[in-house]
Amino acid sequence: MKQKPFCPADRRAALCIAALAAALLALFLFSFVLGRYDVPIWQVVRILLSRLLPLEQTWTGNMATAVLNVRLPRILLACLVGGALSAAGTAYQAVFRNPMAAPDILGASSGACFGAALAILLGAGRLSVTALAFAASLATVVLVYAIARRIRGNQVVNLLLSGIMISSLFSAGTSYIKLVADPSNQLPAITYWLMGSLSGTRMQHVVFALIPMAAGALPLLALRWRINLLTLSEEEARSMGVNTTALRLVVILSATVLTAASVAAAGMIGWVGLVIPHLGRKLVGSDCRRLLPAAMLMGAFFLLAVDNISRNLLAVEIPIGILTAFVGAPFFLYLMTRKEHVL
Amino acid sequence: MSLSVENLSFSYGAIPVLREVTFTAEKGELLSVLGPNGVGKTTLFRCILGGLTPASGRITVDGAALTELTPRQRAERIAYIPQIHPPTFGYTVLDTVLMGVSRQLGALGLPGAAQVRQAEEALEQVGASHLRERNFTRLSGGEQQLVLIARALAQRSEVLVMDEPTSALDYGNQLRILQLVRRLAAQGYTVVLSTHNPQHALTFAHRLLVLLDGRSAALGRPADVLTPALMERLYGVQVEFLHTASGVVLAPRAEGDGHV
Repeated sequence: MKQKPFCPADRRAALCIAALAAALLALFLFSFVLGRYDVPIWQVVRILLSRLLPLEQTWTGNMATAVLNVRLPRILLACLVGGALSAAGTAYQAVFRNPMAAPDILGASSGACFGAALAILLGAGRLSVTALAFAASLATVVLVYAIARRIRGNQVVNLLLSGIMISSLFSAGTSYIKLVADPSNQLPAITYWLMGSLSGTRMQHVVFALIPMAAGALPLLALRWRINLLTLSEEEARSMGVNTTALRLVVILSATVLTAASVAAAGMIGWVGLVIPHLGRKLVGSDCRRLLPAAMLMGAFFLLAVDNISRNLLAVEIPIGILTAFVGAPFFLYLMTRKEHVL
Repeated sequence: MSLSVENLSFSYGAIPVLREVTFTAEKGELLSVLGPNGVGKTTLFRCILGGLTPASGRITVDGAALTELTPRQRAERIAYIPQIHPPTFGYTVLDTVLMGVSRQLGALGLPGAAQVRQAEEALEQVGASHLRERNFTRLSGGEQQLVLIARALAQRSEVLVMDEPTSALDYGNQLRILQLVRRLAAQGYTVVLSTHNPQHALTFAHRLLVLLDGRSAALGRPADVLTPALMERLYGVQVEFLHTASGVVLAPRAEGDGHV
């Protein structure tokens, strides 16, 4: 890192981000211990390290299978989805200058749901469902953006309005697919998918999600300071020499790719993208230079923690989308009803 | 740098808003734009800032036409100081001022030590260094306006366009901000400032542009062009001009009972 003059906000943020990274690493390791098949934590560490270093085998084959083939992909995907949704939420909130904006604001989620429902209706396998959900999600947002550009006036308001309209169209489409789907197997599959789940994750799913997520996250991280300029009024930002239209397009596209990849891989997981950026602001402030990395770590931590509950609390797995709402909704109400209302 | 507006006209659809407005603000000059609500002050400023493209006429900075400059080149010459308004997100004062340096950085650039120093200097220039680590949203109106001025100074452009910088401030802060703006003009900045307060124009401006129905109704030294007749045309009120030791003071004409 470049040498900077002393700046308390920077130092505090650096400490917070280091602490978050450490907490995430601890939870990451601890998550391998959870589950019906017992693997002691020191064996977990050895099994994971054995992929990188030549270690003497002190574990059974079953342990290695549980850690590497069953738990590792799921834990990785939980972290990826949590981080991606939080980054997307942070970016959308900046673009819309609104702390209530969530990653599904431009229809990315409803588009993905429609695509997934359609794929299930057509009898596709998991990877095809993911692919179609991803494609439908991107197509929806591109449609929303194209429509908003055709309307005169405030671009941000236009985006919001056309997002609401197109979302409701796709939701209606999803409902129609549910109506005509075979109620004995397709309908439960669609319903379950819509609730969001990370169960049955394999390494190929992780790779499949990682590529678009990297494509979305890297531009956002590179632009993390410029994103701040979008939160100013159009006139202010332009007077500083910012090409707001181009910057906004890149940020929206990146955030959409992140959202699409998350929803496509794990189904509808609400609240993370809305609530985590708020928590991040409490911790490191609003400047996206610090907020974006902090929110990504917090999102990864949060979703991994919730997924651990989801797969261990009851004998039957609880869909993670339900659990995040159970945590997210009360938290949001708390935020709104607090006396000192500073969002 | 000098800012010239020549025969500027603009209309929203069929409704003309600005008609052949012409003026020049010279280096070191504080030019005030006065006029009742809806006469086109905001439209004029949007044209200068490049948000609107005028139907006809030219805007030039030191001879260079604005329409031929890229947004970045325009930002190198003109900085904008908006009215204070509650921001959505609370950045620290330093981070707020730092945003002013964006024109010097590439698309992927992050502000470094040099930019932080630049922001600190700008804060010093307006006497707001002590606010450095405070949250912008928790500042008073006067402090917020100071920080927005510092942000424009950090941009290092020589023309400052200010949209009613005193409208949300108390009496003391209004005077302090205008004195600061006057000092900036003395340091060589070219300042174009819109105001609703004729007294401010009289007391602080070097020159005054009066807009009425989108036309330039008067242009010149405030004491020369602002008259009781013009005040009545502008605002429909009768005002007396009292000549005092500290300049001309405007007083509403008293009615029969001795009250306003």
